[in-house]
Amino acid sequence: MRKFIEKFSIHSVLILTSLLSIFPFIWLISTSLKGNSENIFAYPPTIIPKEFTWANYVGVWDKVNFIGYFVNSMIVAGGTVLLNLILSAMAGYPLARMEFKGKKVTFFAILATIMVPFQAIMLPVYLITLKLHLIDSVSNLAGFIGLIMPFAVSAFGIFLMRQAFLGIPKEMEEAAIVDGCNVFQVFTRVLLPMVKPSLAVLAIFTFIGSWGEFLWPSIVLTKEAMYTLPVGVNNLQGMFSSNWRFIAAGSILSTVPILIFFLAMQKYFISGENEGAVKG
Amino acid sequence: MFKYYGKYAPYLFLLPAVGTLVVFFFIPFFQTFILSFQDYSTSIYHATFAGFDNYIKLFQSPIFYKVLFNTFLYLIVAVPILATVPLFLAILLNQKIRGVTLYKILIYLPVIVSIVVAAIAFKWLFAETGILNYFVTAMGFESIGWLTDPNWALYSVILVTIWKGIGYYMMIYLAALMSVPQELYEACDIDGASFFRKHLTVTVPHLMPTIALVTTISAISAMKVFAEIYVMTKGGPLNSSKTIVYYIYERAFENLDLGYASAMAVVLLVIVLVLSLVNLLCFEKNRYQL
Repeated sequence: MRKFIEKFSIHSVLILTSLLSIFPFIWLISTSLKGNSENIFAYPPTIIPKEFTWANYVGVWDKVNFIGYFVNSMIVAGGTVLLNLILSAMAGYPLARMEFKGKKVTFFAILATIMVPFQAIMLPVYLITLKLHLIDSVSNLAGFIGLIMPFAVSAFGIFLMRQAFLGIPKEMEEAAIVDGCNVFQVFTRVLLPMVKPSLAVLAIFTFIGSWGEFLWPSIVLTKEAMYTLPVGVNNLQGMFSSNWRFIAAGSILSTVPILIFFLAMQKYFISGENEGAVKG
Repeated sequence: MFKYYGKYAPYLFLLPAVGTLVVFFFIPFFQTFILSFQDYSTSIYHATFAGFDNYIKLFQSPIFYKVLFNTFLYLIVAVPILATVPLFLAILLNQKIRGVTLYKILIYLPVIVSIVVAAIAFKWLFAETGILNYFVTAMGFESIGWLTDPNWALYSVILVTIWKGIGYYMMIYLAALMSVPQELYEACDIDGASFFRKHLTVTVPHLMPTIALVTTISAISAMKVFAEIYVMTKGGPLNSSKTIVYYIYERAFENLDLGYASAMAVVLLVIVLVLSLVNLLCFEKNRYQL
């Protein structure tokens, strides 16, 4: 009996928390599916629309270039991920495996960057980006580079890759050298394939971070054609000032890609580490 | 192991990452300090040396103290909740129950969704005649100006930050829970200890380093909130929900007063630096060793 009560209360708390976690979205979806003749401020509120309609989705899709925002977000997030993988792996390798002058200084300089939030240095970063002409008023390509470069590498990524290289037995490199590999071949053909799991983790978390980034693009972007999804979605509020049906539909539409990504990659986020405890 | 690489190889491998960090981190870092001693208020193309003027202006401004106060209020409200509630949820999810994966997905969902969408969703919940006020009035209270009443706005925004953070910290705790020896729980069960007693005497002491870690991470991210405020309140009403990063943004990109904004950025830098150093020296010494 005590076991039953315990399980019952655990499930109650978890169900309640889950509902609280998704309720804001449920309410947004509900609003987005309500037709013009239905009062969205009705008391008492109705979760299930009385006259279900896709009209708001069609309407917002016609007026807003979601495909464009999506493509821009893909370019920025894709570029950021790619650069993070390459730069972090390249930097992590010597820090894990080589002896050289200045190693300690480099190590601690990179470590120090963890302690400084981007928000504190964003003004000079903006000025430098302007000075380098990495801005969308110059060209779209320059604009994308300007969106990507401040996030092209992070101490987190470098340390993650360094840790991964540290875990590889040294015999692997020795064998490769004996077989006639040079240092670049050791890196690309022997070491990189062995750190794929860490690269995957780095890619996924960099992608999520870059996809949701709002502050930097809203500072540097000047053209609507360059908007990423978060900036575009924020802009909905100005476009449809009090048309909450459209704003809701647009917000939900913009969330679909990342939702698919999350569900496809869920094992990385909520990994099976806890399986042992669950099965029992 | 024999040295199989040339003298310059390590530097070649480091060059792209370090070069990027120099241009987009180290130079801006030092420039922040330089900017804070310059005056841009007449023209953003023309800086004149201002000495400590920006800092004096800052420390004489009542808004600055209001902003600092709001930021610390953010810390004081959000951090204790973000350090404890996710721990409690993680313990529940660590029990032998069904549906764990589904719960995890649902509770983690707010972490994945763009903060802009989350803020819009909450703005809609908080609407004047919105659904939250329906519940409030249905319970017999007066409706609340969630985002329009200076007494409420900051708390409403904090609620969004908390809601979005819970799943993230819960996952950190879940990973840490794996390292708690199961025998200790079994011993508790034999002694007939209650659920709460078991976790207070076994889980919490074991997870102390993780609790400390979550406390510092959530404190640092509370210092950096921006999007919630930008989307929901723009710092208003009457500066009641304005925090440091939003104020920096406003002064720099709306008032174009880069010097003043940079002085503010230096203040942010110092606060976060102190928080990070505490974290690094106390809890993460072992994580980053040469």
